[in-house]
Amino acid sequence: MTLQLDATVPARGFGMSLTVETGETLAVLGPNGAGKSTLLAVIAGLLRPDSGKSTLDGEVLFEVAPRTRSTFIQPAARGVSLLAQDPLLFPHLSVLENVAFGPRSAGVRRAQARAHARRWLEEVEAPELAHRMPTELSGGQAQRVAVARALASNPSLLLLDEPMAALDVSVAPALRRMLRRVLRDQTVIIVTHDILDAFTLADRVVVLDAGSIVEQGPTHEVLERPRSRFTADLAGLNILSGVRTANGIRTFAGNEITRAAPGIALHTSIVAAVRPSAVRVSLAQPANFHVAALPGIILDVEPHGGLVRVRAEEFAADITPALAAELDLAPGNCVWFAFDATDVTVYPYQPSTIIERGRSAQAKRIP
Amino acid sequence: MATPSLAGLPRWVLVVALLGALLVVLPLAAMVSRVDWANFFSLVSSESSVAALLLSLRTSAVATVLCVLFGVPMALTLARAAFRGQKLLRSLVLLPLVLPPVVGGLALLYTFGRRGLLGGTLDLLGIEIAFSTTAVVLAQTFVAVPFLVLSLEGALRTVGTRYEAVAATLGARPTTVLRRVTLPLVLPSLVSGSILSFARALGEFGATLTFAGSLQGSTRTLPLEIYLQRETDPDAAVALSLVLVIVAVIVVGLAHRSGTAGERRSAEL
Repeated sequence: MTLQLDATVPARGFGMSLTVETGETLAVLGPNGAGKSTLLAVIAGLLRPDSGKSTLDGEVLFEVAPRTRSTFIQPAARGVSLLAQDPLLFPHLSVLENVAFGPRSAGVRRAQARAHARRWLEEVEAPELAHRMPTELSGGQAQRVAVARALASNPSLLLLDEPMAALDVSVAPALRRMLRRVLRDQTVIIVTHDILDAFTLADRVVVLDAGSIVEQGPTHEVLERPRSRFTADLAGLNILSGVRTANGIRTFAGNEITRAAPGIALHTSIVAAVRPSAVRVSLAQPANFHVAALPGIILDVEPHGGLVRVRAEEFAADITPALAAELDLAPGNCVWFAFDATDVTVYPYQPSTIIERGRSAQAKRIP
Repeated sequence: MATPSLAGLPRWVLVVALLGALLVVLPLAAMVSRVDWANFFSLVSSESSVAALLLSLRTSAVATVLCVLFGVPMALTLARAAFRGQKLLRSLVLLPLVLPPVVGGLALLYTFGRRGLLGGTLDLLGIEIAFSTTAVVLAQTFVAVPFLVLSLEGALRTVGTRYEAVAATLGARPTTVLRRVTLPLVLPSLVSGSILSFARALGEFGATLTFAGSLQGSTRTLPLEIYLQRETDPDAAVALSLVLVIVAVIVVGLAHRSGTAGERRSAEL
């Protein structure tokens, strides 16, 4: 009882295989154009892949291979429901009829379909909206109804395409809580830009870039030990990938970080992650022997929460406004980023070696 | 609603627009001024007039139904399907819009007439179409169907396929999607397209005369009656024309109302 997918769409540079277990929620992260929407369209049957095979609960969704007869199940027959950023409630039907649409299409009698719809409206905490028309709803209400409508069709797999991206920040938290509750027993793929969605809703995460999977694993594993710049930015971490040298780490960008990553074998490819709040900024190279440091040219300086984020090509630091003013920081300045070795999390660069939690995944903390 | 200002419009545009409006309105006014009001009712209620009016309404109604029956699938095919020769097909379907109606009538005659393309077959089946009420309906359908196809295809493209995709992922089969999503969404355009088709069918003259002739009670529709009366009883012709004008004004009004309702709906989408 799982989704198995293996598909390519060369015209969009898309090619990947993935599996979603029954009852699991998988978050799909990635920059714009990474292939997230293509992935959902292929699974929903709105886009025909050029090759590949997919099964859901043992039923073939599509099977396309050169020189053989291909199978392609129509969207209506897949048991896959898609909820987009835009709720797309049918404007000519009331809220109740919108939610009852799936059961009605499956041949359920009107009264029974409506009773089913009422139950789902209660489930999404919106029973009082039943007799409104979609134009009379706020964005958050409409999205709740859209969730109820998608779930009322009793899908084997629910696809959510940035369901909270179009919502006001004030209503998103309530919707997220509701989603966490109703999605608990569902098999779900959720595309999101929001790391909070990934943490609260997903059991597992895949990160896409340029049409392929670049990182995957349990949510905490991927987001706390990011390997790609995109994931690190999303997780709000600085990452430096490089090779362990005699002095510390030589990053792939060519920087030498001294006094970091002791206890790791020479020539191992590693990633070091540091929170920007643990990074200090100074104009001169720190003299303290116990501190790791690397130089950088400031790209920009901008407010970040109550602090100031100082960003360079490879690294960022959050410092107090007072310090930023004192150092008179401006883009183009050359500064030193310094951090205690104890604030660095070091882990192997090769994702395959850490998929399993435990021995190799254990972060090596520096004394 | 605020009225947009005319500030950006050159004055001469308004003058030319006014001249154009006069070109349309003045003849109508001139005709109305010639109506013999004292005898208006008796003129339009003569036996031949009533027969022509009823025939016109009946045939136009049937033609409109045929336009919807054939036009909706045609519009759906043109708007939603993608195939080779689609552009060519669209041009062909819309041809009656630009074709002189007499030519259309001749074409119909050479298709359904006794010596036409299908004439032999129909003859064997004992069906004779030319110069019958059926011919009137066919001629009206021929000239009116592009109006429906054109307005509906535009509406289908405006509405887009996103709702249809959602309906499909909710488990609705294509026919269910069509019945419960697509058609309700384009209903205002379907209504206004039907009304326009009805109006075009009601005014049909050339193709009807060529293909169906002018037999009182069976093929002589109101426009043919007016043309005939003009020779013998100009007052009756003018009175009947006024009836057609009134019907046309009502039709345009209805079409406009459902058209703006459609625009409002698409704006909400």
